[in-house]
Amino acid sequence: MSYLDYSVRRIPTGFQRLAYINIPIIVLLIVIASIGFMMLFSVAGGSAEPWAKVQMTRFSIGFAMMLVIAFIPIWFWRNISGLAYFISLALLVLVEFFGVSGMGAVRWLDLGFMRLQPSELMKVTVIMLLASYYDWLPRNKVSNIFWVIVPLFLIFLPCFLVIRQPDLGTALLILLGGLSIMFVAGVSWYYFAISGLGIFFFLFLIFYLRGTEFQFLKDYQYRRIDTFLDPASDPLGAGYHITQSKIALGSGGFSGRGFMQGTQSRLNFLPEKHTDFIFTTLAEEFGFIGGISLLCLYFLLIIFCGIVALACRDRYSGLVVSGITMTFFLYFAVNMAMVMGLAPVVGVPLPLVSYGGSALFVLMMAFGLIQSADIHRAR
Amino acid sequence: MKDREFDPALSAKSMVRRGVLIFALQGIFVAGLAARMRFLQIDQADQFRLLAEENRVNVRLVPPSRGLVYDRHGLLIAENVQNYRAIIIREDVEDLEILLNNLQTLLKISDDKKRFIKKLVLKHSPFVPITVLNNLSWSNVAKISANAPVLHGLTADVGLNRHYPRGADYAHVLGYVGPVSDFDLLKRDDNDPLLKIPRFQIGKTGVEAKLESVLRGSAGTKRIEVNAKGRVIRELSRQEGLSGKSVQLTIDTGLQNFTLARLGKKSASAVVLDINNGDLMSMASSPSFNTNLFVEGISTNDYAALRDNEYRPLADKSVQGIYPPGSTFKMVVALAALDNGLVKSNEKIRCQGHMEFANRKFHCWKRLGHEEITLTEALEQSCDVFFYELALRVGIEKITQMAKRLGIGIKYDLPLSGVARGLSPTKNWKLKTQGESWVLGDTLNVGIGQGYVLASPLQLAVMAARIASGKVVEPRIVKRLDGVEQQILSQSEIGIDLSALRLVRSGMYDVSNGENGTARASKIALNEIAMSAKTGTSQVRNITKKERETGVIANEDLPYNRRDHALFVGFAPYDRPKYAIAVVVEHGGGGSKVAAPIARDIMLRALYGDIPPLEAYPEEQRSKIAKRFKDLELNPVSKANLSKGNA
Repeated sequence: MSYLDYSVRRIPTGFQRLAYINIPIIVLLIVIASIGFMMLFSVAGGSAEPWAKVQMTRFSIGFAMMLVIAFIPIWFWRNISGLAYFISLALLVLVEFFGVSGMGAVRWLDLGFMRLQPSELMKVTVIMLLASYYDWLPRNKVSNIFWVIVPLFLIFLPCFLVIRQPDLGTALLILLGGLSIMFVAGVSWYYFAISGLGIFFFLFLIFYLRGTEFQFLKDYQYRRIDTFLDPASDPLGAGYHITQSKIALGSGGFSGRGFMQGTQSRLNFLPEKHTDFIFTTLAEEFGFIGGISLLCLYFLLIIFCGIVALACRDRYSGLVVSGITMTFFLYFAVNMAMVMGLAPVVGVPLPLVSYGGSALFVLMMAFGLIQSADIHRAR
Repeated sequence: MKDREFDPALSAKSMVRRGVLIFALQGIFVAGLAARMRFLQIDQADQFRLLAEENRVNVRLVPPSRGLVYDRHGLLIAENVQNYRAIIIREDVEDLEILLNNLQTLLKISDDKKRFIKKLVLKHSPFVPITVLNNLSWSNVAKISANAPVLHGLTADVGLNRHYPRGADYAHVLGYVGPVSDFDLLKRDDNDPLLKIPRFQIGKTGVEAKLESVLRGSAGTKRIEVNAKGRVIRELSRQEGLSGKSVQLTIDTGLQNFTLARLGKKSASAVVLDINNGDLMSMASSPSFNTNLFVEGISTNDYAALRDNEYRPLADKSVQGIYPPGSTFKMVVALAALDNGLVKSNEKIRCQGHMEFANRKFHCWKRLGHEEITLTEALEQSCDVFFYELALRVGIEKITQMAKRLGIGIKYDLPLSGVARGLSPTKNWKLKTQGESWVLGDTLNVGIGQGYVLASPLQLAVMAARIASGKVVEPRIVKRLDGVEQQILSQSEIGIDLSALRLVRSGMYDVSNGENGTARASKIALNEIAMSAKTGTSQVRNITKKERETGVIANEDLPYNRRDHALFVGFAPYDRPKYAIAVVVEHGGGGSKVAAPIARDIMLRALYGDIPPLEAYPEEQRSKIAKRFKDLELNPVSKANLSKGNA
């Protein structure tokens, strides 16, 4: 069913829409973001500078952006999906040429007033595009080989650009987010089985070609995988991150050391202590209780988004909401797995908590889309 | 979008089914994460807590020792000295006030110092080790160690500090290190964990900054066991870092020191270049300053004094300063004209003291004119009208081409701060930057090195070297890196007709040795080492018509920053050139009067490798020269300090 099929009278309009805003999601967003402010405050040694204050401002702006997006009907967003995708693709290409580098990678565009990370934007726009694609595509063609290759191409193009930056974590998120939409849209099981085999072969190639001039990954990425498999092999480098964050988690114990009592001396040399590794601070200061609470909050957010996805009766809304939910899930799941030593260090921030502008803005915009889908669904 | 084969309701059901499936997978993953968290934080907590709190194992960085720097003879000019210091880690302090009181009674520090330490400690995060006292004597270190029980959180240790045995001699070339600042961290995209060490010293200017990656080395690590108080119990293992690589410069310390002393308190600079291989023997910019002040962070007052000094001691004038080259640019115009066949060696041009052009009078420095003179005579006497005429014949584009071939307006790839490009102007350049089109009057000005053309002392020395050798001499300053001799940069033929070069050289010989030469008062008395040279006096001001009528104000009567620059370029010996030199005295006055005597002394010092003997000077000047040498404040190099080659 496309939005044309449902009765316009049953969709809230005007100020009526205020009544249909999804309160649980908003509350959860604010609570999780507040946890983030607290942690940034603590990491800075009990000071709003340099991170917490900026992050609060950014969250406020992001929140306003979310509300604006939420009150614009979802079909407007559906109609500009293609445009949004190509704009972010163009920005990614611009990064290739005019990107600003940081931490050994070129990911940012300097806009003067802020540094934009187009790969973050891509995570959402690829989902928007695929959702509108499957909304447009007659459903009997979904598993047709040609109509499967088209979306794959649309996913791999940005992935390729992002890997070149190089930013493996974001590329992975774009890929998995896109694939999840294809799955939900009903692409045949066989394709997923075959691509599973393909990935296996690809991984094999990655390791097989290591050390030759054809190697896919940068040396530091290989080293990160090595140290993931054996953290003791590189006590000062990436292995140090993993070992130290495990120690921090462990020393937090059940109830933690208390707010601002975490001795981050062990994380002293972690350049990402306020970004990717912020969970270690939380787990150290609030212990298992704190960590599991955040995990539960995230999961609650997933549940509420999932409910919205299931309640949406048009295909675009359903797909967009489940795609965004999946991406959000991947964010925190990969980050936590990484910090707890279950996944290699790939550089994925903890959503809404880690310090960082682009990721926060894009997430808030994505939640704006979810709200819009929820508000403008037929009731 | 209804279709015949698919029931939309069925399809929607499939979507719901798959959505729920994904949702379930997410739930399983979250449960896995929760289980892992439980495992780490509850089941294994005791083990990790032990690691973290009781006898925890810490990985500490061991800073590498910074690479040493030598001069061309192997004299150490940047070394690392041991520095005993007291460090406070706030986390480990029980009561800061008591600790500081104890420290005060023990080491007799002043109240001010105590307040300063307190502020410093409270400013940083609790876990950062903060150096509160530097350069402690042995007895104080012993006192701290003996009284450790009442000084919880304070420890004495030894670190390495950069030291410059010849501080002021190398202030600009070598530069200095200083504690890493937040600004440095932002500016450089550098993930080296060493930079996270508070007050870690990195190169800030000159060779220290430009060769930072070579000199820094890489961090070692040591695993140490510490108790609950953070006190080190023992070292478990150590992985040595790599100390920084050594660098040997081409500079000759003795000559460098002499040059700086000879420039004295003037705002001036001098560059001496070995013509055969491009080695920079001396690069001085005065006034200089003591770089050791910067190593541990300079005080605000000291810095303000250096920054606000009218003579700009912080700038490296030898490469950063760009000046209108004045008459020293006339060789460029002469060679451009000769190379294009626009003037003959015996051709005479009439100078009547000025040249009328576009209703403007372009004056020669000699109001009465030089009558009819040839090119060599025009160089010797620095006739302006002759070169106005040549400039008109040649045109700006060809002059610029020649200037670039001789090294003016080219940026040299040297590891020094702010190496200036200078300027060889073109018509396009003026249109683009000034928004006006080029007029012939501009060409006339450039013909005598005024107007838009700008050159640094380094470029002037390179120009002299290229004229002297007929080769594209490329300057270099690094002789050896990590003990490996660096390649001498290629010195191809410059491609100017030899007879043209010979003619210009003979003109330059006459400048110093001819009857009417502008630098004849500063000639070298021994003919076998005689110098070929050119003086220059470049105007900073425009002389107005009114001024000409009322009489030009004497240079000395002008305010300092409107006085002329004094310039000198040259090479010696004139027939087998070994060294090229350029001297610029900012607002010093006339090139022949001010710059030439300085250049002669420095050139002789370079040729003799020591204080030059008086025989090299004309007899009537010897007593004055002897007195001058006696008054120089030199810091001679003692031979004992020279190490053979280098480490």
